[in-house]
Amino acid sequence: MSTKAHADHDHHDHKPTGIKRWLFSTNHKDIGTMYLVFSLIMFFIGGSMAMIIRAELFQPGLQFVDPQFYNSMVTVHALVMIFGAIMPAGVGLANWMIPIMIGAPDMALPRMNNMSFWIMPFAFALLLGTFFMEGGAPAGGWTMYPPLVLQTGKAFPFLIFAVHFLGISSIMGAINIIATVFNMRAPGMTLMRLPLFVWTWVITAFLLIASMPVLAGAVTMLLTDKYFGTSFFNAAGGGDPVLFQHIFWFFGHPEVYILILPAFGIISQIIPTFARKPLFGYASMVYATASIAILSFFVWAHHMFTVGLPINGELFFMYATMLIAVPTGVKVFNWVATMWKGAMTFETPMLFALAFVILFTIGGFSGLMLGITPVDFQYHDTYFVVAHFHYVLLTGAVFALMASAYYWLPKWTGHMYDEKLAKIHFWLSAIFANVLFFPQHFLGLAGMPRRIPDYSVQFADFNMVSSLGGFAYGISQLLFVYIVIKCVLGGKKATGQVWEGARGLEWTLSSPPPYHSFTKSPKVTKALMDY
Amino acid sequence: MHLNKRMSKFLSNFILVLSALFLLSPDILHAAWGLNMTQGVTPISQDVYNMHMTSLYVVTVIGLLVFGMMFWSIFHHRKSKGVKPAKFSHSTTVEVIWTLVPLLIIISLAVPATKLLARMDNTSESSITIKVTGYQWKWKYDYINEDLTIYSNLATDSVEASQRNSGINPSSADNYLRNTDTALVLPVGKKIRIMTTANDVIHAWWVPDLGWKRDAIPGFINDNWTIINKEGVYRGQCAEICGKGHGYMPIVVKAVPEKEYLAWVEDTKAALKSKKDSGDKELTMDELKSKGEAVYKANCLACHQANGQGIKGVFPGLDGSPLATLKDRIPEHIHQVIYGKNNMPAFGEQLSDTDIAAVVTYERNNWGNKTGDIVQSKDVSAGRKK
Amino acid sequence: MASKDIYFIPEPSKWPIVASLALFSTFIGGAMTLNQSSNGKYVLILGAIGIIYMFAGWFSSVISESLAGNYNKQVDVSFRMGMGWFILSEVMFFAAFFGALFYARVLSVPWLSGEGHGVATHQFLWPAFKASWPMSVMPNSTNYTAYKDTIPAFGVPAVNTLLLLSSGVTVTLAHWALKKGQRTQLCAWLFATVALGALFVYFQAGEYHHAYTELNLKLSSGVYGSTFFMLTGFHGFHVTMGAVMLAVILFRSLKGHFTKNDHFAFEAVAWYWHFVDVVWLGLFIFVYWL
Repeated sequence: MSTKAHADHDHHDHKPTGIKRWLFSTNHKDIGTMYLVFSLIMFFIGGSMAMIIRAELFQPGLQFVDPQFYNSMVTVHALVMIFGAIMPAGVGLANWMIPIMIGAPDMALPRMNNMSFWIMPFAFALLLGTFFMEGGAPAGGWTMYPPLVLQTGKAFPFLIFAVHFLGISSIMGAINIIATVFNMRAPGMTLMRLPLFVWTWVITAFLLIASMPVLAGAVTMLLTDKYFGTSFFNAAGGGDPVLFQHIFWFFGHPEVYILILPAFGIISQIIPTFARKPLFGYASMVYATASIAILSFFVWAHHMFTVGLPINGELFFMYATMLIAVPTGVKVFNWVATMWKGAMTFETPMLFALAFVILFTIGGFSGLMLGITPVDFQYHDTYFVVAHFHYVLLTGAVFALMASAYYWLPKWTGHMYDEKLAKIHFWLSAIFANVLFFPQHFLGLAGMPRRIPDYSVQFADFNMVSSLGGFAYGISQLLFVYIVIKCVLGGKKATGQVWEGARGLEWTLSSPPPYHSFTKSPKVTKALMDY
Repeated sequence: MHLNKRMSKFLSNFILVLSALFLLSPDILHAAWGLNMTQGVTPISQDVYNMHMTSLYVVTVIGLLVFGMMFWSIFHHRKSKGVKPAKFSHSTTVEVIWTLVPLLIIISLAVPATKLLARMDNTSESSITIKVTGYQWKWKYDYINEDLTIYSNLATDSVEASQRNSGINPSSADNYLRNTDTALVLPVGKKIRIMTTANDVIHAWWVPDLGWKRDAIPGFINDNWTIINKEGVYRGQCAEICGKGHGYMPIVVKAVPEKEYLAWVEDTKAALKSKKDSGDKELTMDELKSKGEAVYKANCLACHQANGQGIKGVFPGLDGSPLATLKDRIPEHIHQVIYGKNNMPAFGEQLSDTDIAAVVTYERNNWGNKTGDIVQSKDVSAGRKK
Repeated sequence: MASKDIYFIPEPSKWPIVASLALFSTFIGGAMTLNQSSNGKYVLILGAIGIIYMFAGWFSSVISESLAGNYNKQVDVSFRMGMGWFILSEVMFFAAFFGALFYARVLSVPWLSGEGHGVATHQFLWPAFKASWPMSVMPNSTNYTAYKDTIPAFGVPAVNTLLLLSSGVTVTLAHWALKKGQRTQLCAWLFATVALGALFVYFQAGEYHHAYTELNLKLSSGVYGSTFFMLTGFHGFHVTMGAVMLAVILFRSLKGHFTKNDHFAFEAVAWYWHFVDVVWLGLFIFVYWL
């Protein structure tokens, strides 16, 4: 290949042009941009499925879709949102920001980086293509529990291979992040000076490497159970359907933290900036994140308290689960202490961050309640759980992603976004997300199971409230797209610093940063990171 | 149509709940919209409710403290008030405190939870044993000590109202989607062991008033118990996604005094026996078709659909299918209903010869199928012997 | 060279997108084949060819970049981290199957025969089932294959253990030779390693043939057969891949690649080979022996 061409690549800031710039990219910012745009598209695809779900649940009776299709909506909505929207958005942010934050020229393994991204659209082509197949899209829930998932029609192998494909992408992305952070830091950027966002991502990357292959193993067993006569999950051959759930959730619980830890990192960047005060308890933040990550490998069975585990198992997993509240609490207290006696301003990123702290904590509270095994026998598989994980993932992870988008958009585009519209977007999102999900707590407590297309009339009223909130929330997100496009196309010029209280290497660069961020390693001093 | 009526009821309830929240009156809240977990009718369900309320109070207090601090800070420590930011960035003392205090709170929740769990786990000394088996999509109840088996399907009026765009107002069906053709009848005041298992995929048996749900897993049995203290009808439904009929497999438990329970057992046994004995009678086409239609609705409609078209690629259609129209395939048709095939479950155990004869006749003489074939129960019993 | 001081950022490359397309084609072809579509195999073969083309192309550009001296110490560390963490992900993949093995042996099979938590399960559902491991009688073998016998640990598997362990030694000897700059020894020991690996695969294939034709021990022989063949099968696949990688390294050594101090590719493959070796020890102990 072009072994000579590279030699002078650092002398000028040339950009490859046209479609090749994106298809063949080795640039962390371009790849980051592709990730972010892709995740936004998937957010709307998954979101339209959520709209179909809420439309069907608007009132009792079956109005719009068949139960089978409804189940497909529930299943694919989850897969798209988890693997297509939240995870790639996190990876996109990591791609864009980590090299800039640690003073590196690019990611450690740029070509592999591009492969991690380009797998995503193809993997989702595999998954979404199943809607046009005989038997329809997968409809057994995103958790793919056997034996139900084995009843999937032609879509089955496509589902399994899509999961394998996404796993390959995630593992390569994670390896890249670890290599970048441990090998590419500028002189003086010691581990305990790393911005919290970088720390949370390194820990997330370890979780990915340790958990994604386990999922690959689990779905491989599903594949052989269906096509090659194995009996991992069939009692007739000595297996156990519950075995799948154990393996799945050994992946699945770390996966939950894969979704939320980068969000923690984002919030830990934003609150100090707008409080104009250093993050409270930096070291304890790092240790708390690491403890959460380690604990996440020992709590998987709290997703399956009702499968009939031996009581010792249930007790172990209950204690371990409740223990997670401690480091999570430390993080929340640290955020509040960071605000304490700061000099706060309330631009949109800060608004989303504050909403995150409150609403994520509410999700954490219901999480603690769910962790109490004997009571979980009532909560499990009801709308209480649905409310819980949407508080954690939508008003948690997605709100943090929105916060990060507003926080870094000026850095990415060189323009300030429209603050007034952004604030409207925030208030619409915050209000309607609560109208959408808060009543679901009541539905669950009143006895409405999840994943049902139709319900008893006693659940009608709260479902209607929830649906109205859902439609309004969904429509409000179009405003976000408008704000982003407007910001990309123009607007007030952003300075390098952008935010008065922002600290760290990324703010020493121009907005937008040069195509190759740091061609010469910057020197990082304590003063640069400090207030 | 009924949407308008729903809307007005919705609005009146909405106002009621708003005013209740304003007055902080839990009673009105509970009455209007069912906001909280049921206290149930068993000792365990009451304990579960109490544990739920304890944890709810704990997190509410923590929430008020944390969010209170936060809002205090938001209102007072803002730049627009001319505040100069402080410089502090850690304090070992408070960090130790807010690590240890949550730990203590958690321990104080874990202790009663452990005791409660141990009580729930003890199924010994039960006087009645019920084996619950989940099917796609119905429940089977075996009264182990009584040698009695009943099947429980979604009630027919709910089946009809729940069809897509049925035009039937769900409120007109008796306990829409929460009513069955046969209830699980249990005596009050007795310790009852309830074992859950499944025939095809994983289901979960859940009656909120009993205080727990438990997965029904094919090939394995989960043990549970209950003592129902209050007479009444308690409703629940399947809680684990089990395919397209997941929302359509309710549970109805009828708790009655022991005497009534014993009488019910005898009556039901006698009724099942007489049904079996009368099976040899020859029926006319019309009798078979009308009986068959009822059987079809309860057992076949969920997959093969009301119009007999099935769902392409998942559930084969019956309308015009060779199996349901060719004369020489009648024995095969019967055989498939009795023993199942691929994803189709076997119905031989749960349907009597007459029922199977009726439904096969119905399928062969309904929709576009005009074969004129009549299948009698003796054909079915001959089919069983093979 | 000046470029030694700065981190090497490759020019835009087509290989990532080729890789994604090739994998896409492979997966579609595989899924179509499983769905019994007659065209599936063509799509599958197209994908496989794409993957081989991608590996050849991608690695040859990496090799020429390396030979051109573009990679400094820091790039080398990135590659090392990449390989190391990749191997950890492979370990976790095997962990899922080992987990299934332990679960079946220690929990599900005993439960089905009424031990511990499974009293009611046994009493009401499988009253006739008695647990044993290897599990010769299944709870219900209608859809499965009962085997006549299993493969004893101290036959061919023990021989295979010796083969793989000695191949671990030979690859280390090759590494020492490389570090001393003894090219002939390097190639000889590498050749020995590849040969031992190939022999292992040959014996393993023979055992599979024996199991399928004479012992009636198949993938479908209940959970014992499932765990046995999936674990040993995936391991065998990894040995094959490792042997191919070693053969490439041998070929490159013959062409004079690698220096005393700069031979990351060799080390990466050696790590991989040791990983495969360690997995085998786990298999020998937990699948064959205990």
